[in-house]
Amino acid sequence: MSKEPVAVVGIGQTKHVAARRDVSIAGLVREAAQRALEDAELTWSDIDAVVIGKAPDFFEGVMMPELYLADALGAVGKPMLRVHTAGSVGGSTALVAANLVAARVHGTVLTLAFEKQSESNAMWGLSLPIPFQQPLLAGAGGFFAPHVRAYMRRSGAPDTIGSLVAYKDRRNALKNPYAHLHEHDITLEKVQASPMLWDPIRYSETCPSSDGACAMVLTDRAGAARAPRPPAWMLGGAMRSEPTLFAGKDFVSPQAGKDCAADVYRQAGIADPRRDIDAVEMYVPFSWYEPMWLENLGFAAEGEGWKLTESGVTELDGDLPVNMSGGVLSANPIGASGMIRFAEAALQVRGQAGEHQVDDARKVLGHAYGGGSQFFSMWLVGARPPQC
Amino acid sequence: MTREIAVVAFAQTDHRRSTEESSEVEMLMPVLHGVLAQSGLRTADIGFTCSGSSDYLAGRAFSFTLALDGVGAWPPISESHVEMDGAWALYEAWTKLLTGDADTALVYSYGKCSPGSVRDVLTRQLDPYYVAPLWPDSVALAALQAQALMDAGHTDEPALAAVGARSRADAEANPHAQLKGPVPHGDYVVRPLRTGDCPPVGDGAAAVILAAGERARRLCARPAWIRGIDHRIEAHGLGVRDLTDSPSTRLAAEKAGAFERPVDTAELHAPFTAQEVILRRALRLGDDVRVNPSGGALAANPVMAAGLIRIGEAAARIHRGESDRALAHATSGPCLQQNLVAVLEGDPR
Repeated sequence: MSKEPVAVVGIGQTKHVAARRDVSIAGLVREAAQRALEDAELTWSDIDAVVIGKAPDFFEGVMMPELYLADALGAVGKPMLRVHTAGSVGGSTALVAANLVAARVHGTVLTLAFEKQSESNAMWGLSLPIPFQQPLLAGAGGFFAPHVRAYMRRSGAPDTIGSLVAYKDRRNALKNPYAHLHEHDITLEKVQASPMLWDPIRYSETCPSSDGACAMVLTDRAGAARAPRPPAWMLGGAMRSEPTLFAGKDFVSPQAGKDCAADVYRQAGIADPRRDIDAVEMYVPFSWYEPMWLENLGFAAEGEGWKLTESGVTELDGDLPVNMSGGVLSANPIGASGMIRFAEAALQVRGQAGEHQVDDARKVLGHAYGGGSQFFSMWLVGARPPQC
Repeated sequence: MTREIAVVAFAQTDHRRSTEESSEVEMLMPVLHGVLAQSGLRTADIGFTCSGSSDYLAGRAFSFTLALDGVGAWPPISESHVEMDGAWALYEAWTKLLTGDADTALVYSYGKCSPGSVRDVLTRQLDPYYVAPLWPDSVALAALQAQALMDAGHTDEPALAAVGARSRADAEANPHAQLKGPVPHGDYVVRPLRTGDCPPVGDGAAAVILAAGERARRLCARPAWIRGIDHRIEAHGLGVRDLTDSPSTRLAAEKAGAFERPVDTAELHAPFTAQEVILRRALRLGDDVRVNPSGGALAANPVMAAGLIRIGEAAARIHRGESDRALAHATSGPCLQQNLVAVLEGDPR
C-alpha cells in the first residue's frame, strides 16, 4: 500500500520575543496561521483539518487551549487534534498532521505550534514536585547539565566547544528576522565571560524564554501542483520514545534518538547522512547539545561530534550547516520550537530562507527532542518529491 | 484500497471515587496487561502506541511521561500523545495504521479526578481572558444547556430522570461501573440539574488494541471493524452556539457513515442526562437502538478515558456477538463543544 506524498506549501512564523503583550494567545496563533496561508495562497476554507501542539498547559495556565483556540484557527466545523509530546511536540504535531495527508484522510491540513511563555513562568511550570520521583530541579538546565558533563568526560571535548556553538547560533540569528535574540554586539569573548548557570552551561549558552508560534500548510500531490511557490517534500518522518529513567539509559546519546534517525534515513534512502544531507535544523536548547546530537544523529562517530563544531563544519558557510536560523538558542517558544526546526528545514529546500539560506540545500533534516531526552521527532525534507 | 482496521481488545479499570493509594501508572498497569493478554501480544509486538491524558488533572506538567515508563518503552517505541480524551488518541492511531507504517496499535488513556475538584479544574478550559476568570464550572454550564433544552420543549425533568435511572439500572450489569442500581434523582446541584442528572466524579483508565486486516482476524475471533471515524469541533463561545443542538456530532456521524445503515447499539459520551437527549436527536437514534448498555458516563466518568471507554464498550459488544453495527461517541469541551463518532461493525454472521 502506498502513502500519499506530503508537501509543505505554506510556512508562517511570528517574530519571537520575550513577551507579546499586544496580542492574546488567540491573536498570536492566528498571526502565524495567517502567514502560512498567505505563503500558500490559500484561505481558511481550503483547510480540511487543524492539528495543534504546544508544551504543557501549565505554561499558559489554560487547560486544553485548543478548545478556546478553535475559532481563532478557523477550525469550527472541522476536525481539530491537539498533540503534546513535551519538548518534541512541535515536530510531533507536524508529523501527526502529515499522517492525515499521507493516509489520505484529508487533502490539506493546517498545523501549528505555539508557546506564550510570558503568560506564566515556564521554569516553575516544569518544577511542580511529585512524590518519589526525581524533580526537574529548577527548570531544564539543572536536569541536562550533568549529561553535558558526561559527554565532555566521555569524548574528551575541550570546554570551549559550547561557546563556539552559542557564538555561531547567535550570529546566524542576526540573519533571521523572526529570531528572538538579535545580539548585534555578540563576541566569542562575551559568551565565554557570561555567568555560569549550571556548570558547565553558561548564561549565553542557554535558550531564551519566548512568545511565538509557527504554522505550516501540508498538502497532497494535487495540492502541491497548485502551490504558488516550490513545495518542500517530506522524504521521511518518525517519532521514537523511551522511558525517562532506567538503569540502561544513555543520557548522552539516547537509543530512541538513534532509532528515530535510522528510521527517517531508511524512509528517505539516506545511506550516509554526513554526505547525503545538506543542512540540519537541530533542537539545541543548551549549546553542548550540538556536538552531542551530531553523534546521536549519525553525522559523526561517537566522541567525534565536537570536532565538526570546532573545525567550522557546522557554520552557516560550512560543509554541514547546523541551525542556520539561529536555532533554539536564539528563540525558544517551547511548544513551537520543534515545529520551527521542521519549518526552517522546509524553508531551506524551498530556497525561501532569505539571508540564512544555504546554497543549493536539497535535503535538510528537522529535529526535535523532549522530556528527559526521551521523546524524539524528526523529518527529512527535500526539494524533489519522493520516488514512488 | 483503504486498509481495514479493527478494535481487537479492550480493558478498563473498575472506576472509583478515589484511588489515593495508587499512582496513575499503578492504575494504568493492569489495564495495559489486560489488553495485551486478551490479544496475546507483547509490548514488543506493538507497532504504534498513542495515549490521551491531561496535565491539569494530574496537577503537574508532562504527567504522561511517567505513564510511558509503565508501558515499558524499551527498546524505544514509536509513540505519541494527545492532550485529549483517549478517543482522539485512537483516531491518531487509526490514521497511523492507515498509512501502512504499523499493523497494530496500543491506545490508552487515564484520568484521576479525585486529587482536586474536577468542577473547578474544568473551568480552566474556558477562554482565559473573558470567561475563565469568572470560574463558571462544568455543572453550571451543563445546567445552562439543560435549561435551554427544556425551554425549547425538547425535554423535561421527568424525562431527564428517566435517562439517569435507565443508565444506572443498565450499569448493574457492568462490573466496572462506579454508580449503579437504583439511585435517587436527588436534590438540585445547579437548576435544573439534580445529582441524578450528573456524572459521578471518579478515577479510571482504559486501553484498546487496534489491528489492520488479516492481523486483526488472527488476534480476535470477531474484530470490531472501524467502518468510519470522524470528529468535529464547534465554536468555543457558548453565546454563538445553539446549545439545544450538536451540529458537530451530526457532521462527524455523517462523515463516519453512521447514517448509511441503522446501528443496533450506541455508546454515547453524555456525562449529563440532557446531553443524551441532544445526542440522540443529532444522531437520529430511534427507540430501537440500545443506548449506553454499559451505563454510560452517568455510571462512570473518568475524565480523559470516558470517551475511549465508549469505543471500547461498543467494540466489546461486537466481540461478544451482542451487536453487529454499533456507534460510539466521545465528547470534549464545555456543552459538547467537540465530538467524535466512530462506526464499528462485526463480520456478518
